[in-house]
Amino acid sequence: MDLNILWFILITVLFIGFFLLEGFDYGVGILLPFLGKNDTERRLVINTIGPVWDGNEVWMLTAGGAIFAAFPNWYATMFSGFYLALFLILAALIVRGVAFEFRSKDRNPLWRNSWDWAIFAGSAIPALLWGVALTNLLQGLPVNARMEYAGSFWDLLSPYTLVGGLTSLWLFLLHGSTFLALKADEPVAGRAGKIAGKTGMIGLPVMLLYIVLSFVRTDLLAKTGAGVVMIASFAALAAVVFTLRRSLWGRAFAANGLTILLSTVAVFWGLFPRVIVSSLDPAWSLTIYNASSSPYTLKVMTIVALTLVPVVLLYQGWTYWVFRKRVTAKDLYY
Amino acid sequence: MNELILARWQFGITTVYHFLFVPLTLGLSVLVALMEINFVRTGKEIYKQMAKFWGKLFLINFAMGVVTGIVQEFQFGMNWSGYSRFVGDIFGAPLAVEALAAFFIESTFIGIWVFGWDRLSPKMHAAAICLVAFAANLSAFWILVANSFMQSPVGYAVRNGRAEMTDFFALLQNPHVWYQFPHTVLSGFTTAAFFIMGISAYHLIRKKNPDFFRRSFRLGVIFGTISLLLVMGIGHLQGQYLSKTQPMKMAAAEALWESADPAPFAAVALINEEKQTNTVSIEIPKLLSFLTYNTFDGEVKGMKELQKGYEAQYGPGNYIPPVIPVFWSFRLMVGAGGIMLLLALFGLYSWKEGKLENRSGYLKVMLWAIALPYIANTTGWLMTEIGRQPWIVQGLQKVEAGVSPTVSAGEVLATLIGFTLLYGVLAAADIYLLKKYAQAGPEGTILERHSGTSLKEESLWI
Repeated sequence: MDLNILWFILITVLFIGFFLLEGFDYGVGILLPFLGKNDTERRLVINTIGPVWDGNEVWMLTAGGAIFAAFPNWYATMFSGFYLALFLILAALIVRGVAFEFRSKDRNPLWRNSWDWAIFAGSAIPALLWGVALTNLLQGLPVNARMEYAGSFWDLLSPYTLVGGLTSLWLFLLHGSTFLALKADEPVAGRAGKIAGKTGMIGLPVMLLYIVLSFVRTDLLAKTGAGVVMIASFAALAAVVFTLRRSLWGRAFAANGLTILLSTVAVFWGLFPRVIVSSLDPAWSLTIYNASSSPYTLKVMTIVALTLVPVVLLYQGWTYWVFRKRVTAKDLYY
Repeated sequence: MNELILARWQFGITTVYHFLFVPLTLGLSVLVALMEINFVRTGKEIYKQMAKFWGKLFLINFAMGVVTGIVQEFQFGMNWSGYSRFVGDIFGAPLAVEALAAFFIESTFIGIWVFGWDRLSPKMHAAAICLVAFAANLSAFWILVANSFMQSPVGYAVRNGRAEMTDFFALLQNPHVWYQFPHTVLSGFTTAAFFIMGISAYHLIRKKNPDFFRRSFRLGVIFGTISLLLVMGIGHLQGQYLSKTQPMKMAAAEALWESADPAPFAAVALINEEKQTNTVSIEIPKLLSFLTYNTFDGEVKGMKELQKGYEAQYGPGNYIPPVIPVFWSFRLMVGAGGIMLLLALFGLYSWKEGKLENRSGYLKVMLWAIALPYIANTTGWLMTEIGRQPWIVQGLQKVEAGVSPTVSAGEVLATLIGFTLLYGVLAAADIYLLKKYAQAGPEGTILERHSGTSLKEESLWI
């Protein structure tokens, strides 16, 4: 296996880590104004992710940094091509991060309510747009022979890519609601569980539509492995719905994690060895070879990444262990 | 206005804004860590209160630094895709390492620190903030490794139409970063020291919690004086280094048009960039030669001669950066530094004499002096980055070649307006909270633990 392939896998892993962890943060953020009926409940909702959301977000920053370091042409084409979409994501993430820190620092109800809705929007926008973005990579972008994006913002939005966005939004919503059912105290947990059940039911047809469209709109059919994984992700989602009906929150959360993992793997496997498919001419697609850094840089970065990623996993895992208990209203006043 | 100018304004605005928050994070994380270490060592409750009070102000500032930093990572690809393609092989690596080696630690352990007061032993809890302080400053190192490549490229070869990395360790050993990194980090320490001194002075005037703020001020004044002396010493050596590696930047910073031996130092100058001359200037003879070489003679090359050399080396073009902003930002930085040193030394003297709290005039000045490190930090970067013009990577790529070819001026303008409005609103919220919590004093964080007062409700996050 050459280093280009290894880095493609590593970036896939970083995206999986990002979606698995930040995914429930997004879901919790989206549910915040609806699940928290009063201020105490809202703070309880936020505190379920309070200690970890910042560390979770670094997975995305690391994925971005890794793309820059390992595949600079991918980074340059994608970030300049997704220009306005990325601005929206940035604005969302800025407002959301600040809101977590600021919302409880003043008692004015208008202040708190505004920041809560900022958390909602700041979570919903990226949850939707990451799905749109990944679907675009797979579907193909008008990328020319000079590797430059030759379309506009509106070219990024097609029925298929929007279904992709809806799918990611839904999976994160499901992830967040099962997470709250696990981590929050009553009455929030009960409400979250109910929402999880409904989200799961609606998620099935959304996901099915996404899978069908993926087979129609991309060359996924030609890739048996990726297609099988994509269908397996649907099976995992069915397992989520099944376990939710029996109120098995832990298993539902794990099964939904598997859904996110498998669908991400399917998309990246479908892409491989390309990183951006060109819709103008297949020969103009960016691949792990024509978009990559030099062998020397890849070697250096491999050593760094293989040394540091396990350490990161260790101490992030430890954080979850420290904050493993269910968050109760009592904790808010420690 | 074209895309290039708008993209440059966007980078300037978002970067200057980001760096309003970074220095305080660098310094205050270290100071809060020192307070908590003191608590663990002595068991005195007051140090814990200090860590909590200053820690809360730290967190309000920290959040802003983190979120505005995300823009920085994305912006290279969004507005500067030509640059990203050309140097990605080198430039992406330190950014990725920063995320992996530093930012992960910082973001994970800040969560542990905020929420872990009652879940971890005091030692473990202090270790968390120490890791945050370490990682924040390590983060600065990696970012400056990347920036140093733009100022003074090393460890590369131009191949396949781009700059490729040939030696990772050369990047780490880049002399530029070993001036820039300590200079930046110590500026951050100075910023935090003046932040603490200023707010402590505010409370000392009002004789509220005198013991608490006396200790805080003492920590600030000692830490600040040491940091200032070091930052100035390193800054001097850095200037001498830059006069060798980026002579044009230094010549612009001194508004030196003609080569001179010995070269005078222009304290102030009315600069005419079009006619390439200074209409009026107040000069101190021989001083520039001395600053450059440590002796009172020696030729310092002027911009006109350097321009000719660059034309011979790189072809026709204007290689002189905008002189007026570089010249004045340099003077503002040095001037602010000088005033800070005087204030810090006077504070140290007053504290030694035991007269600090009688000098209400000085204490009032110290509150306003919080602005000084911010002026110095901002103008320092303005000088560094404007002085690099017209290059985006010194000697390798010009700014106009770095900009994204497919992004339209309208799109850049839209996001420029978007960021500016967003940043304006957030700045207002940030200043409102900092002021509120700074004025409230430590009671807000002390009371919460003992009674059911309303104040504790707002301290959820610490």
